[in-house]
Amino acid sequence: MKYSVYLLLLAALHAAPIVIKNATVLTVTKGTFVGSVVIRDGKIVEMGEKVTEPAGAEIIDASGKYLMPGIIDCHSHIASDAINEGSVSVSSMVGIEDTINPDDIAIYRALAGGVTTANVLHGSANSIGGKTVVMKMRWGKDSRDMIFEGAKPGIKFALGENPKRAGNPGGQRINANAVLRYPATRMGVEDVIREAFNDAKIYQAQWKEYNEKTARGEQLLAPRRDLKLDALVEVLEGKRFVHAHCYRQDEILMLLRVADDYGFKIRTLQHVLEGYKVAKEIAEHGAGASTFSDWWSYKVEAFDAIPYNAAIMVRKGVLVSLNSDSAELMRHLNDEAAKTMKYGGLSETEALSLITINPAKQLDIDKRVGSIEVGKDADLVIFDEHPLSNYAKVEKVFVDGQAYFDRNKDLADRAQREAEKAKLLEKEKQKEKEKRPGAGANPSSLPKKAALDGDGYTAGSSPNSIAHSHRSSVPLGVWHVTPVRRATV
Amino acid sequence: MKSLLLIFVLSLPLLAGTDDSLLIRGATIHPVSGPEMKDGSILVRDGKIVGIGHNLAAPRGTRVIEAKGMHVYPGMINSATQLGLAEISAVRESVDTGEIGDFNPQLRAEVAVNPSSDHIPVTRANGITTAIVLPMGAGGGEGGPRGGGNARQPIITGQAALVHLDGWTWEEMDIKKSAGMAMHFPIIPSPPQRFGDAPPNLFRYSYADSKKTYEAQLRDLHEFFEQSRRYQKAKAAKPAGFKIDLKYEAMLPVLEGKTPLVVMANRERAIDDAVKFADEQKVRLVIANPKELGKAGAAMKAKGVTAILGPTLELPEHNDDPYDAAYTLPNEFYKAGVKFAFGSFDNQFARNLPYQAATAAAFGLPREEALKSVTLNAAQIWGLGDKIGSIEEGKWADLMITDGDPLEAKTQVKQLFIKGKNVDLDNKHRRLYEKYLNRPST
Repeated sequence: MKYSVYLLLLAALHAAPIVIKNATVLTVTKGTFVGSVVIRDGKIVEMGEKVTEPAGAEIIDASGKYLMPGIIDCHSHIASDAINEGSVSVSSMVGIEDTINPDDIAIYRALAGGVTTANVLHGSANSIGGKTVVMKMRWGKDSRDMIFEGAKPGIKFALGENPKRAGNPGGQRINANAVLRYPATRMGVEDVIREAFNDAKIYQAQWKEYNEKTARGEQLLAPRRDLKLDALVEVLEGKRFVHAHCYRQDEILMLLRVADDYGFKIRTLQHVLEGYKVAKEIAEHGAGASTFSDWWSYKVEAFDAIPYNAAIMVRKGVLVSLNSDSAELMRHLNDEAAKTMKYGGLSETEALSLITINPAKQLDIDKRVGSIEVGKDADLVIFDEHPLSNYAKVEKVFVDGQAYFDRNKDLADRAQREAEKAKLLEKEKQKEKEKRPGAGANPSSLPKKAALDGDGYTAGSSPNSIAHSHRSSVPLGVWHVTPVRRATV
Repeated sequence: MKSLLLIFVLSLPLLAGTDDSLLIRGATIHPVSGPEMKDGSILVRDGKIVGIGHNLAAPRGTRVIEAKGMHVYPGMINSATQLGLAEISAVRESVDTGEIGDFNPQLRAEVAVNPSSDHIPVTRANGITTAIVLPMGAGGGEGGPRGGGNARQPIITGQAALVHLDGWTWEEMDIKKSAGMAMHFPIIPSPPQRFGDAPPNLFRYSYADSKKTYEAQLRDLHEFFEQSRRYQKAKAAKPAGFKIDLKYEAMLPVLEGKTPLVVMANRERAIDDAVKFADEQKVRLVIANPKELGKAGAAMKAKGVTAILGPTLELPEHNDDPYDAAYTLPNEFYKAGVKFAFGSFDNQFARNLPYQAATAAAFGLPREEALKSVTLNAAQIWGLGDKIGSIEEGKWADLMITDGDPLEAKTQVKQLFIKGKNVDLDNKHRRLYEKYLNRPST
């Protein structure tokens, strides 16, 4: 174990420094210049119009290109095998960390859109959902290495339509035969959260008393460990961030007041589509807001959503980021940021901040990422045009100074990948043929055979329906509920 | 006599059109049909473009719009929306996008377009002046298979309307009542991609069942066309006591080649099937929302089949597709010589139409083609090539004045004209913006 760590360290130390030169460098926090950035041991060690190029450095000429910090998505559900523990309305005992799937192709696709860090959240089926995890898009590494080391863990809360859906007798539930689950109203959502923190306070006091008494040498039986309440005590003690899914102004305000009452902070309000109506109160509480650029009208609570939301909140002093909640949208958060220039007149730097330094601050990882500064992680993206142009595309992405995406390499590898796939398919076909004689028709093999014949039954493809378009579906956080709900309505 | 004269004078503007004449002056004009013109002027009278040039004089009574440093483009056309048919997609009562039943050619989207929909001014504010309203799904919601049971799609879903995004009533919005006959080509539905935590038994249907449904639907489709032709023949013979059938009656413009079939076909096989079917039936065809092209391009080109492409910003269809498969698809169509336009296939993102085109351009589509695919190509596909889609003399003055390239998100649309009329850019979103931006801080 120690040996391998040593080897890794050695490898890192010996990786050649990289100099990205002649780029238009959009630092986000330190202005824009045309010049170079020097990377060594995964960190930015020097930058400026003129730098000293270390001997043996790999030189990347980015003339005419743009270099920006890796994009940070404050709300994603990629790379996890399950996201909604929907059986209970408080599911703080479960965590995304236990479901990380490092092979999810969405990771690579996110990289190809310039995303280097994502806050991967539990779904929104519960008033208090599961624990969340911040990941770096280290495609190819295992699930442990995906985790952003040192990033403070979080927990998902959800307000409004989604958490009350399971209590709706109208049939919008996971299963028409399922038992109704409290709450069914926004009033109930508040109560569920209050009850949980009431319990957490009592539990916290029990442990405090136990710890104090045993410290004094008393012999006592420890209180019963409660994994659900442990996470909430961490919230009370500021050791775990609350990321709360919300839409309407009433529920936003409700949560801020509940948090005030119990003495904890809401780190980020997620979606927060009516945040612009209570921007003052959000700013006063000190909560961050992570929203969509222009989603609206997909449900009642999204009908007052406006694309000016981010801009108004910025102007009123809220720390704002734009997020995706979608494996698709995640791939062009830079386009989403550009929309805030149209809707509300944010400057280029303000727009870029929404997808870089602001989400970094919201996740308390801004000492490491979110801007191009000496000493920060070399999480960088090279675009062929200005990233706020809709004509721009990502060319190269570095995480910890290592290139994890390279468009030219991706293009060059395609022929080989196609050949590999053809070979595998041929092998499968051969296997099918060998099975066929004598054995007769095997009904269970039909789909497989069909996939080979390419007749429309290929696993992993979406149905021939425009209604299944990702853009017209509700956010991914409720994706797991949505198709069912529609199927049963 | 005096009062008669007064009436005559008052009605003069209506007759001569002097009050709606306007001259846009000093702008960079992007006609789409030709090269851009710097410091150009456009003269509009009676809702039409009557002059384009460098030094056009403004006739007396003409309103002059100084547009120095600005750009003028034709209004954009969104070739697939549900504008006016659906308001809040999750609320059944507000959604009228698709009827019950497999064959509904008699349905007309136009009569269900709610001119007061909040989506219309929101979409218009981004420079979109014209839209196809497409009846698309089954059962009143945004239909299609939901993965439950032996899911099936309806086949003929009704007549698509081409409308201007301005008017007090749907009649005033009308451009073409029946621009296309919307249809889903029967397919064998694929299993849902990912249903995560949901109980698996909700999504269980066998391949054999799906195939049976597919074959039955194909038979029904052929039979329906066959019946329609018999009806056409019977009607032509003008027999005494001939009874009108509204469904078959609605099919006549399709059979006569006047109205194209607009066929949803995502996969290469469905596209192939649709092209063959349209060829056999000798009907015009527009492929809608294809997700791949494969080898279908050659046949499409040969048969003059056009396409309406869905959102460019989509995930690839398969896990092992190149990451940019959806981004490069428009260029594939272009290279195959298939004429296409873009549609958003929803309302929520209808205003983002130009960015579909921009992303396609980032991934290979020539920029002038990208612009055409939201303007002139669309006009031509819908048979309105002589009226909209470019800035040319004699065309309707559907124009937008912008401060830059409309395919860029940061560009602002400053003014919009539909048939020469200055259209209000105000909408629900702007009103809420202004209201809450000005919320007092104390």
